Amino acid sequence: MPEATIYELTSAGRQGVRFPDADVPVSPLPAEFAREELPLPELSEIDVIRHFTRLSQKNYCIDYGFYPLGSCTMKYNPKVNEEAARLPGFAAIHPLQPEETVQGALALMYTLQEWLAEISGFKGVTLQPAAGAQGEYTGVMIIRAYHESRQDDKRKKIIVPDSAHGTNPATSAMSGFEVVGVATDASGNVDLDALKATLDDTVAGIMLTNPNTLGLFEQNVLEVVRLVHQAGGLVYGDGANLNALLGVVRPGDLGFDIMHFNLHKTFSTPHGGGGPGCGPVGVAAHLVDFLPDPVVVMVEAGDDDTAPLYGFRRPDKSIGRMKSFAGHFGMMVRAFCYISMYGGDHLRDIADYAVLNANYLMHKVKQVYKVAYPRVCMHEFVVEGRWDDAPEVHALDISKRLMDYDYHPPTNYFPLIVHEALMIEPTETESKQELDQFAEALIKIAQEAHTQPELLKSAPHNTPVGRVDEVKAAKDLVLCCWMPDSK
Amino acid sequence: MFIPHTPSEKEEMLKTIGMKSLDELFQDVPEKYRFPKLNLPPALTEMEAMEQMREYAEANESTRELICFLGAGAYNHYIPAGVDFILRRGEFYTAYTPYQPEVSQGTLQAIFEFQTLIANLTGMDVSNASHYDGATAAAEAAVMAYHNFRGKRNTMVLSPAVHPQYREVVRTYICGYENVCTAGDSEDSDPLAGPEALYPLIDENTAMVLVQYPDFFGRIFDYTALAKKTHEAGALLCVAVNPTALAALKPPSSFDADIVVGEGQPLGIPLSFGGPYLGIFATKKEYVRKIAGRLVGESSDSQGRRAYVLTLTAREQHIRREKATSNICTNQGLMALAATVYLSLLGKNGLKQVANLCYQKAHYAAGQIAALPGFEVVGASPFFHEFVVRCPIAVKELNQRLLDRNILGGYDLSRDYPALNRHMLLAVTEMNTKEEIDLLVETLKEVSHA
Repeated sequence: MPEATIYELTSAGRQGVRFPDADVPVSPLPAEFAREELPLPELSEIDVIRHFTRLSQKNYCIDYGFYPLGSCTMKYNPKVNEEAARLPGFAAIHPLQPEETVQGALALMYTLQEWLAEISGFKGVTLQPAAGAQGEYTGVMIIRAYHESRQDDKRKKIIVPDSAHGTNPATSAMSGFEVVGVATDASGNVDLDALKATLDDTVAGIMLTNPNTLGLFEQNVLEVVRLVHQAGGLVYGDGANLNALLGVVRPGDLGFDIMHFNLHKTFSTPHGGGGPGCGPVGVAAHLVDFLPDPVVVMVEAGDDDTAPLYGFRRPDKSIGRMKSFAGHFGMMVRAFCYISMYGGDHLRDIADYAVLNANYLMHKVKQVYKVAYPRVCMHEFVVEGRWDDAPEVHALDISKRLMDYDYHPPTNYFPLIVHEALMIEPTETESKQELDQFAEALIKIAQEAHTQPELLKSAPHNTPVGRVDEVKAAKDLVLCCWMPDSK
Repeated sequence: MFIPHTPSEKEEMLKTIGMKSLDELFQDVPEKYRFPKLNLPPALTEMEAMEQMREYAEANESTRELICFLGAGAYNHYIPAGVDFILRRGEFYTAYTPYQPEVSQGTLQAIFEFQTLIANLTGMDVSNASHYDGATAAAEAAVMAYHNFRGKRNTMVLSPAVHPQYREVVRTYICGYENVCTAGDSEDSDPLAGPEALYPLIDENTAMVLVQYPDFFGRIFDYTALAKKTHEAGALLCVAVNPTALAALKPPSSFDADIVVGEGQPLGIPLSFGGPYLGIFATKKEYVRKIAGRLVGESSDSQGRRAYVLTLTAREQHIRREKATSNICTNQGLMALAATVYLSLLGKNGLKQVANLCYQKAHYAAGQIAALPGFEVVGASPFFHEFVVRCPIAVKELNQRLLDRNILGGYDLSRDYPALNRHMLLAVTEMNTKEEIDLLVETLKEVSHA
């Protein structure tokens, strides 16, 4: 049943929330500025709550079931994080309050900066970037500022392997760099010969995802880092896949100069149906001065009797401000709570079980689905969603059919270098039983693909709507619902 | 906790994949750097973690205890209970970006409704699914303007009365583009000048003119003449708005703005020390294919039923890679949902009521303060719910005195504008009672006598 829109549900005169009358003398707004028509809906509270409750029931979510969306790290979102972020001492503080009135928030941010630096092996961390894509942007701007500060103005190229997320080349181009691609070799690593061919004194840096988007640890990582450094470039790590490395290896130790974190992937903050995220950036010692404005510093160290004093500071050669205020503080609170519940002794469990789950699931399905690069994988793996003897079936059809089995599909058609890719990331929070059942569903669908392919082509059958016509959406372009007559 | 494996399940799984220990999984990692000891505190249970979080939270003085007259881009408004009730539904907050429309109609329809509400509130033709915040929305507008003229116009004219942080973020974003510069807000410009001061700067090199409505100082200007000047020069006019104010004020479409951006935080989003907030971005139909960020469109499913889907995705980074004009993926989905629920609950009359309360209370406060010896409400322009006060002593000192009375005073404008030494920006919302305003006035009076 399609749900009516809020504009269709509107009934003139209804109002969900009222406010007190003015307790001060009133005077009218000057007529030349006053608005006449305000085309907003009119609904009672129950209309609103039912409408959005019914809409919510049309969504698949982690709280309902398995969500193996590769590269997105759809792990369980702990409920205690939600409680913590809503404490009035966090939710009801203003970003411009005097620093002495927000020492708890500043202490939390300072400690989170320190923890992320410790986890990743970097010297300094900014929490300001709003999301992974903005973290990347921050990182690439730092690369630019670093070379500029050395008057090394020939460096116009950024190397991006062909397995990279689309944001990597987009970010480099936005920052004024020329993007140079590098191929992947037969074992799923950066092709070293291809890399060497691109390296000269015009290279500003490389954007490297490790584990890469095939779910594989870059076996030549130390050599890649060495070569890029030798050419005078910096190494940027896309930290989207950090979940596989917690307590296993620190990118800073491997020689990475910069990396962004996705708190909404690795550190359990919810994805929110598409944000808000949080994309902190860690940098090695030689780049600390370039971090965005502001970072949190300890202004005065404390002692037994007095707590330290924290404050905001603009780094000396800062690339500037990436967004308003100090970042997505509510997400920092959640990530802080999460890290403190694993601690130094158990953080590695996350990577251990994420990688165990991925390898276990890969093992369960590899007889039926061709694994693109058959090696021990990290937190995710990529299979081909196609068979020579079922030519009409595509990865998309398998994805849609999985919905009928009550699963969210994996990522499909990414990475681009695998034909009909299905990218599967189970995360550490799924149990063996859940993985077994999912593997069974995948195998059953493979059988259906050969015996009843039309079942896949016409899937999904059990969802609130069937396949949606994307061509029509782009052609007719209806971006707003029915407007009241006043418009 | 959050990892369900029992020791025997772990063993069984290792056996299945032919390994003896978890360590074996990491054979590709250089041995020298494998399994570092992390210097982090020991793990806490949920009970301990929550206690710890409470301690950090209680080390802050929040707007629940302090009387808040601080605004400057983030505002203390009432959030109806229904907003957070919907936000806490796992179906919304534990879902991903709606890439698979068949199992994401809830998120998709909510975003579609958000786009409609924002288009109607701003008077523009189309809105996107959100940006990170008001400042980055303004920066994305500048980038869009740059691309609209294919890099041939290289100046962004910024009014000095636009939020200082918005202007800083615009600068950060455009510095990757060759030869693009900003004008209008240099240190010697008069921060309190009206929009006319920008006219001489607008010429054939101007890509975009950015103003704020109400501006950073709370003032309301009719930008009709500015829009005309801007369009005569062939440039785009971008107006940064406060969405609450738009319930009372003529929409920016009435003076022919090309792009409307804004901070959506006042629409049911907690202050939360600066984020996550909500970037608003709306524009005219003709620029729809140049908008950065996600768009949801109406379509139909295989059985002809109404259905929603992400559309015009060919503009985006995951398709166009280095040819995309923005790297943005999804951003503030849940915050857009908060604004959608907030606007649905308040509706036409509720939002008007909030806007009117803000206006009336701010004017009462300004009137009382203007009557105090030593204080002056600066400027003759009409204002919405923020205004500038010249104080007899430094604002920092004044705020300290106010804080002693549990009052969170206004923003110290000398932080961004050296010329506005001793100038304070005060914000008043529906949350401030007459009693609180009178206490503020009383305290200011005492301070000026001391």
